[in-house]
Amino acid sequence: MADPIRLTSPLPSPRPDAPGPAAPVRPPPPGADVAFDIRDFSLWYFAHQALDAVTIQIPRQKVTAIIGPSGCGKSTFLRALNRMHELSPGVRIAGEPRLNGENLYAPQIDPTMVRRRIGMVFQKSNPFPTMTIAENVLCGLRLNGVRDRPLLRERLEQSLRMAALWDEVKDHLDRPGTSLSGGQQQRLCIARAIAVRPEVLLLDEPCSALDPIATAKVEELIHELKRDYTIVIVTHNMQQAARVSDRTAFFYLGQLIEYADTRTIFMNPANPQTEAYVSGRFG
Amino acid sequence: MNPAAAAASALQTAPPGHAWRQLKSRGMGAVMLLCCLLVMAPLFLVLYFLIHEGASAVDWNFFTQLPKPPGELGGGMANAITGSLVLLAMAAAIGVPLGVLGGIYLAEYGSARANYWIRFAADVLNGIPSIVWGMVVYALLVVPFKSFSAYAGGVALGLIMIPLVMRTTEEMLLLVPQGYREAALALGIARWRMITVIVVRTALKGIITGVLVALARVAGETAPLLFTALGNNFWNHNLAEPIAAVPLQIFTYAISPYDDWHRQAWAGALVLLAMILVLNVFVRIISRDRKFN
Ligand SMILES: Nc1ncnc2c1ncn2[C@@H]1O[C@H](COP(=O)(O)OP(=O)(O)OP(=O)(O)O)[C@@H](O)[C@H]1O
Ligand SMILES: [Mg+2]
Repeated sequence: MADPIRLTSPLPSPRPDAPGPAAPVRPPPPGADVAFDIRDFSLWYFAHQALDAVTIQIPRQKVTAIIGPSGCGKSTFLRALNRMHELSPGVRIAGEPRLNGENLYAPQIDPTMVRRRIGMVFQKSNPFPTMTIAENVLCGLRLNGVRDRPLLRERLEQSLRMAALWDEVKDHLDRPGTSLSGGQQQRLCIARAIAVRPEVLLLDEPCSALDPIATAKVEELIHELKRDYTIVIVTHNMQQAARVSDRTAFFYLGQLIEYADTRTIFMNPANPQTEAYVSGRFG
Repeated sequence: MNPAAAAASALQTAPPGHAWRQLKSRGMGAVMLLCCLLVMAPLFLVLYFLIHEGASAVDWNFFTQLPKPPGELGGGMANAITGSLVLLAMAAAIGVPLGVLGGIYLAEYGSARANYWIRFAADVLNGIPSIVWGMVVYALLVVPFKSFSAYAGGVALGLIMIPLVMRTTEEMLLLVPQGYREAALALGIARWRMITVIVVRTALKGIITGVLVALARVAGETAPLLFTALGNNFWNHNLAEPIAAVPLQIFTYAISPYDDWHRQAWAGALVLLAMILVLNVFVRIISRDRKFN
């Protein structure tokens, strides 16, 4: 059993490679390159089963794409990874998704702590309307009690640079976050998510409201971020999945149909349904 | 003829029945303008009468002096104006925290079943005639303490405010898009912080507007004060004793047989209306740029 301390430690959240208090030595998790280890995970909304015995291992510091037709459970799966599904009424689950060998759903674990380690960016960009650009980026840190001004200033610039937004906003950081364009707002939301230094970044169709140029920027950013983060991205755009991801999972009707290297999924899928979907013949 | 020219001439030829339709449109427009004027007419009537009858009595003395004994000319409503402000402050002290916290509970915490009954209760409370509140507070506070008091008046007004503030707070919070809550939670922000710093902050203007509207509503209430605050011809130095209020003073003066008191009643009504108008102007200013996206 992994130690629960990691899930309750204060910010900045410890990552294996982050400097900080040495993580206690513990037996290596099943394959040190596995971030999420999920076995037979099912989820119901009231009586409707949205996920059916999903078994998947998501690699660390790689980009994993989730594809599948609308309503197949992609968002549901993603939200279950950082326990956002608990906000929906009538949700019931079976199974224990593990991150680095720790059960994310263990009774003593506070979902707040899970979400500090597993950040999320949503389909619709949602910068807080009452906050400036800088406040938006730093809000996760500040509201978790970080007061250290030099650290905040450093994180602000770092996060905006990582989100490829710094040059565009550095001269008006005190404008409202909502004054930015749609694409900039989405990158602001990414900056906000990475400012708290999570281990994992979940992206739910982050580019679906963006134009091709902004999309290219976000994709470039995903390439950059994967050096530091484990990334799971839901997308409806096959080209995007092919461009940005290392592994691809195809979901259909709540089931994981096929999961393999992205190249394999697109060039040489084992399952006829996957083949039909990636070649655009249904979905 | 090229396609562009064809399109232009198509725009110029009116379809059949066009003139008749335009006539109908104009006619309906006129009817609606008339309705608008009819709706606004009472407001102008009220203003006209108050200014015509009361403006002459609104002078410096009106704001600085106590009422004179019957028969003597002059005097003012200084004690009633301060009394009204004191009562409003007490009502706000009760109605705002309870109403806002109740609204937050309804919008953010309560289960669907509990909320159904709480909303039902709040809507019933909103419909209770204000004199009934006065009687309840009379039984609760005046009888046991054997005295009419400012406290009793403030409590009566505060109780009227609670359901009003609660329902507007709830509505304003529900207008805040769910995406902001999820974004905040996904940053690992604790739920109560998410609610206070993100959701309530986003809806703050709407909530303040609701509070001001509720204050304006109770500022003019007379019935709940009749046997709680009671009224007072002198300054109130102890909140456990009766206190004057503008609506009460208007009531007393209006039913008196003295002409000078009638004039003062009109003046009091004018001042009361001005107070409520000021509150409403605040509401306008605050809610002018209220938007969430
Ligand atoms: N909060 C909810 N309550 C009840 N049912 C839900 C809820 N959210 C999703 N569902 C159902 O679960 C199933 C999976 O939904 P989900 O949102 O995960 O699909 P998706 O793959 O993300 O689709 P899309 O590509 O359209 O975003 C759908 O049948 C949907 O109707
Ligand atoms: Mg979805």
